[in-house]
Amino acid sequence: MSPNDITKLAVTRPDFAAIAAWIPQGASVLDLGCGDGSLLRYLKETRAVRGYGVEISDLDIVSCIANGVNVIQNDLDSGLSDFEDGSFDFVMLSQTLQATRHTEPLIREMLRVGREGIVSFPNFGYWKNRLSILLGNMPVSRELPYQWYDTPNVHLCTLHDFETFCRDLNVTVLERRVMTGEREVGLLPNLLGSTAVYRFQRGI
Amino acid sequence: MSASNSIGIVSAQRAIFDTPLVFRSGAVLPSYELAYETYGALNADKSNAILVCHALSGHHHVAGYYADDPKNIGWWDNMIGPGKPVDTDKFFVVGLNNLGGCHGSTGPSSINPDTGQPYGSGFPVITVEDWLESQARLADLLGIRQFAAVIGGSLGGMQALQWSLSFPDRVRHVLSIAAAPHLTAQNIAFNDVARSAILTDPDFHGGNFYRHNVVPTRGLRLARMLGHITYLSDDVMADKFGRELRSGKFSYGYDIEFEIESYLRYQGDKFASYFDANTYLLMTKALDYFDPAHDFGGDLNKAFARAKADFLVISFTTDWRFSPERSREIVRPLLHNRRNVSYAEITSTHGHDSFLMEHPHYFDVMRAYLDNVASEVAA
Repeated sequence: MSPNDITKLAVTRPDFAAIAAWIPQGASVLDLGCGDGSLLRYLKETRAVRGYGVEISDLDIVSCIANGVNVIQNDLDSGLSDFEDGSFDFVMLSQTLQATRHTEPLIREMLRVGREGIVSFPNFGYWKNRLSILLGNMPVSRELPYQWYDTPNVHLCTLHDFETFCRDLNVTVLERRVMTGEREVGLLPNLLGSTAVYRFQRGI
Repeated sequence: MSASNSIGIVSAQRAIFDTPLVFRSGAVLPSYELAYETYGALNADKSNAILVCHALSGHHHVAGYYADDPKNIGWWDNMIGPGKPVDTDKFFVVGLNNLGGCHGSTGPSSINPDTGQPYGSGFPVITVEDWLESQARLADLLGIRQFAAVIGGSLGGMQALQWSLSFPDRVRHVLSIAAAPHLTAQNIAFNDVARSAILTDPDFHGGNFYRHNVVPTRGLRLARMLGHITYLSDDVMADKFGRELRSGKFSYGYDIEFEIESYLRYQGDKFASYFDANTYLLMTKALDYFDPAHDFGGDLNKAFARAKADFLVISFTTDWRFSPERSREIVRPLLHNRRNVSYAEITSTHGHDSFLMEHPHYFDVMRAYLDNVASEVAA
């Protein structure tokens, strides 16, 4: 990937840059629902990570291989049984949380396999989404590009929801970044942020 | 489609080895020959060679066709050729007939120079590791220190895996397709029934049927019929044959009635007409013995600790001989040892035989992987 491609990726997927900022050089990572392998490739180029992606889609498997990243074809909802306890520094779930069916066991699995978990997801509490509902329609946007009838998203949540969920699961949030586009959001994040990225570990 | 970008006319070659080969069993073969073919050109630093390992009934004629026999097309011609996933414009591809085979390499039907008679039952029982030793010697002869990739399906995939263990420094990429890290009891049971069919055929003569001028056709036919059932999926059999009757009605007898019977017997007869019964026995035993974890207390994680290669592991959804779960058993120790590995599970209806079929997604996966291997070679 040329430096230009990397810059372009960082712009189109601002959560990539946020995730990369948390990942030290040479870390081992597992990317769940890795799509075409862009994030892994980005981290390989910028952070020299070692790791694997897990993906179910046939087309994405070919893209990952073409991207030169390791990919294991598997369904996330059937668990991470191929991976051993504590075998990764980070287990990432980028823009996939909302499309997983068995979300709670998956988060537990992430923290079984990895030292830390990282998730990014579209914030359903973002004001534009709220406005859309208020006006009587399910939101459709860059972050939520689907119609209600063809969406893979079955578990959408807000920042508040996710943080409550972590507390209930005894998961400790270590860091949070909230963004709208490339812009970092500090004020009223659950209202003004369109994308959230969390870094977390097992609670003590 | 395949014909349009065939490698074209190829010819078989023969390599003679005079250094004795010591088998795992302790047996020694003082000298032997290997039949092989090559396609494409070996580059200046000899870094673009790919070895293709064959499965139970395969041989060295992997791609292209012979000038004097244009209908005899290589068994993996759809995969290998100019512009194909194993691109002969980029790679130097080597295919061989394994030792113990019956297509030109020294095997039970070859003449033992010490006796002037076919080896027959005197040919050593062979293991995958023994094959690898002979394949490495062929690589030496061709000036190949390290293969860019070793590729194989089924028993060929097992050989590819073994390359990363027997010669970790001599292979950069291993492509294991529709394989398993060892046979299950059920797999061995099927092999034993197939062997029993041959061993109990009165024409087998303890493996020395050559001197009686007979062939244990019945046993070999049964063995192949049984094997063939395990290569196909229930779905594809139902699709192709269902309960179709040849004459449209029951005849209340034991002649061929159902189309599947006709097909299996045809496959059995065809196979028995050219394949050597002793080779069949040897190949099935090599399968039974294959178990890289054997010397490591059954621990595949320890067995694969030696591997240095990168891996592509491929399975097919309807393969019940070596199911996707068996390929995952290969992937897990590779993950444990932090090898670079990708795993693709191809949705296909054709059972174990899928690895020989042209399937767009399967071929896309192979092409994507090997294109990267090719760019490493070029760099």
